[in-house]
Amino acid sequence: MSLFWLILVVFGIAAVGYVLGRARALQSATSQDIKLHSLPGYYGLNVALKAIVPAFLLIFVWLVGQPIYVNSVISGMIPDSEIAEGSSRGLVLAEVRRAAEGLDLAVENGTITEDVARNGRADFTDITARLKDAGAIVTSQITQPIMRAAQEFRILNSAGNMLMTGAAILVALFGAAWAWRETRARFRARNVVEQGLLVMLIAAASIAVLTTVGIVASLVFNTVEFFRLYPAFDFFFGTEWAPSFSGRGGSSELGILPLLWGTLYISVVALAVAVPIGLFAAIYLAEYASPRVRAFAKPMLEVLAGIPTIVYGLFALLTVGPLLVDVFGSGGFLGVDWQGGGRAVMTAGLVMGIMLIPFVSSLSDDIINAVPQAMRDGSYGLGATKSETVKQVILPAALPGIAGAILLAASRAIGETMIVVLGAGAAGRLSLNPFEAMTTITAKIVSQLTGDSDFASPEALVAFALGMSLFVITLALNVLALYIVRKYREQYE
Amino acid sequence: MSDATLNDAAESASNSLLVPDERTKRRHRAEARFKAYGIGAILIGLFFLFILAFSIIRSGLPAFTNAVVAIDFTLTQEQFDEAESQLFKTAAYESVFNEALSQTLTDKGLDVEVTPEAIERILGKTGGNLREFYQANPQELGQPVSFELPASSRVDGYFKGRLTRDNMVDSRFLMRGDLDIVDAMREAGVAKNVFNWNFITGADSGVDNPGGAGIGASVVGSFFMMLVVLFLSLPIGVAASIYLEEFAPKNYWTDMIEVNIANLAAVPSIVFGILGLAVFIQFMHLPQSAPLVGGLVLTLMTLPTIIIATRASLKSVPPSIRDAALAVGASKMQTVFHHVLPLAAPGILTGTIIGLAQALGETAPLLLIGMVGFVARGYPDGLIAGFTDPNSAMPAQIYTWAARADVGFYEKAWGGIIILLVFLLAMNILAIILRRRFERRW
Repeated sequence: MSLFWLILVVFGIAAVGYVLGRARALQSATSQDIKLHSLPGYYGLNVALKAIVPAFLLIFVWLVGQPIYVNSVISGMIPDSEIAEGSSRGLVLAEVRRAAEGLDLAVENGTITEDVARNGRADFTDITARLKDAGAIVTSQITQPIMRAAQEFRILNSAGNMLMTGAAILVALFGAAWAWRETRARFRARNVVEQGLLVMLIAAASIAVLTTVGIVASLVFNTVEFFRLYPAFDFFFGTEWAPSFSGRGGSSELGILPLLWGTLYISVVALAVAVPIGLFAAIYLAEYASPRVRAFAKPMLEVLAGIPTIVYGLFALLTVGPLLVDVFGSGGFLGVDWQGGGRAVMTAGLVMGIMLIPFVSSLSDDIINAVPQAMRDGSYGLGATKSETVKQVILPAALPGIAGAILLAASRAIGETMIVVLGAGAAGRLSLNPFEAMTTITAKIVSQLTGDSDFASPEALVAFALGMSLFVITLALNVLALYIVRKYREQYE
Repeated sequence: MSDATLNDAAESASNSLLVPDERTKRRHRAEARFKAYGIGAILIGLFFLFILAFSIIRSGLPAFTNAVVAIDFTLTQEQFDEAESQLFKTAAYESVFNEALSQTLTDKGLDVEVTPEAIERILGKTGGNLREFYQANPQELGQPVSFELPASSRVDGYFKGRLTRDNMVDSRFLMRGDLDIVDAMREAGVAKNVFNWNFITGADSGVDNPGGAGIGASVVGSFFMMLVVLFLSLPIGVAASIYLEEFAPKNYWTDMIEVNIANLAAVPSIVFGILGLAVFIQFMHLPQSAPLVGGLVLTLMTLPTIIIATRASLKSVPPSIRDAALAVGASKMQTVFHHVLPLAAPGILTGTIIGLAQALGETAPLLLIGMVGFVARGYPDGLIAGFTDPNSAMPAQIYTWAARADVGFYEKAWGGIIILLVFLLAMNILAIILRRRFERRW
């Protein structure tokens, strides 16, 4: 991997630069017989930073820009006639990319020579068969325009990589040389280096903003693409979820309502489990428990929060589901026939509730502890019992905070994936029966996107629209919850 | 007067401090009830924890053993030559082996009829393994060699109680009569349960071979992912925290960063998966299913956790340290890097380990970028291949097993969870030890 070596080379230049810069500063100080402005290490760092930072910036920009440029060139090479009915430019481009990878593989294996890979014509030699021999994944017969495009793709990419390597090394060398030249005893190396460090710190902090921008951009672009292929009205108000499996051009019904219903239903069941248990646990821990009980029970409950969700998913699928069928299924303890299979709203909701108990309890615990002691003392002074104090003084005072905690828990429940993928079922359904299998937004995102690499069909793109809806819902809940919690906290500080 | 005394007597009966009246009793009962609810809630929580732990251990431990048939077997040079001269070479080996097996059983005083078909159902095709062994080790010819051949997954299930004589159906995989042979072999000590090293070191198997599935390859995948997460999220997270905590002026941009970090901490993990798919794979064309991409996605996910922990521990370093450093002439940057950061390091490390533990257990985003279990077919060839070759991660591997139809894989999934939890436990214990050892109260 040339990138790895390139990075090593840049680091090497920086290391050499550090040593040379430091030596030059010391030498300049002795020859002019004055004191250095900064510690000698700073002169070295100045050289090293000026080698690394521009080179890495260049590499980063290049890595992002090259695929865009190459794609636009390749895209222009494909005539409209190559794009089959029901296909799209994106799919053909993916095919070109696969063909190019196949060529690389074949050259590596020695099945074809570099010359054939560069100039071979698909209409003369049977490239497809040769690539398959080499073990490449080729889905369809490679036609000449695609072959041309794949060859151009390879040439452009290898040229781009060569250019990038050369340019990055040149930039690093130039930066180091420049910094080395400006190294003099009077040069204010520390100030320059610290300025540079500060800029890097700001850049690191800005990655959070970049991530959000990345999330929003990737969701918005693909959602817009989806709505071009599928009417937005049908997506938001359709009551049917039935994607066609064959993909392209089928008559898929992609309404979000059954998924939204499943999501909300499971979340409500989960909250019905988690809120009472979590809240009572928090009240007990905050108001009644002795320090020893608290020191034992609080971490034990929080273990539940540290367990990965895949464990809960498996627990739902293999333990809770069969257990519920034994109770509510046909021939069960209750003698009723409510539940057909292990996967059900109840299964997922119950397990998700268990997962959320520590979430609700530790948040509420913090909030209850934040209620000033004076309010409790006042209530006890009037002769109220502990439970009356909790019910009539503490809970009303902590109510906004607890509401915020519950909203945060709800947002967790809506965004939870693994439990519902394994425990809730696969069919979208609008039903009131909690023992029936339903599915959720997150579960469908997983099933629509897993193992799919081309995103041109509405069946794959719908996942981005679902993700967008999920993101908006959870973001709104979070912002509201944080607002409430913050507002409440100010009240008693 | 007498009225008054009468009244007094009546009042004192109801108002005595020693004898609670009806209303007080009711209030005390309500108090006791309320307290009981609290205890009940905690007990329910602990009960769930117990059930969870119990079902993990009970269902997961069998994954660590498998049924093997151990047999001392000697192949002479003549037998070897004869077998090699035949058209169906492996079949010849098999018949030699079958003779040895029934001989062993008769020697031990057991009388069961052993048909070659039954042995094939119990052990699978043995001839290939034997031939491979003797071709690789010709010096073992004529010497007694003890073989441990893994039994088929259904026999394995019979050993572990998953399959019983009552619930089994005769099929070409296992007949009821075969179980007599298995029982006989078990009594003779020929068939037994041994520790399944392949589960810990092996790679994922095909959908029809739960017995051969191992988690080793995906442990390696997880390891490379954690390397990426560690080397990216630690420096970036610490740099971001230092800026926000020590340098940031109160302006629009810093407010924006703060709000973003708070929100990112609560974005569902699957959305990060979508981000990874769209940006790293669709847009930047990084290799699919690669631990490198998984690591990048998990880095973005753990950054908020690490930033929050780091800021808390930077905040806990008292201002007097900074003032002292500034007073002797250190620059602001020197103060932070030479004095504040080393003092905050234990807290930062603890937060990082907890963030890594969180990332290690994350599944959903990995499924979207293609790190599903069945790509973990082997170990990567080298260091760079470890980052870029398709691989899976522990939780994704567990998911793949759980989603398969063969019940034999469920046991593997639970076993995988035990291994995952052992890693998580180790990381958390390390974090606790670090905190205990280096925590400083100012």
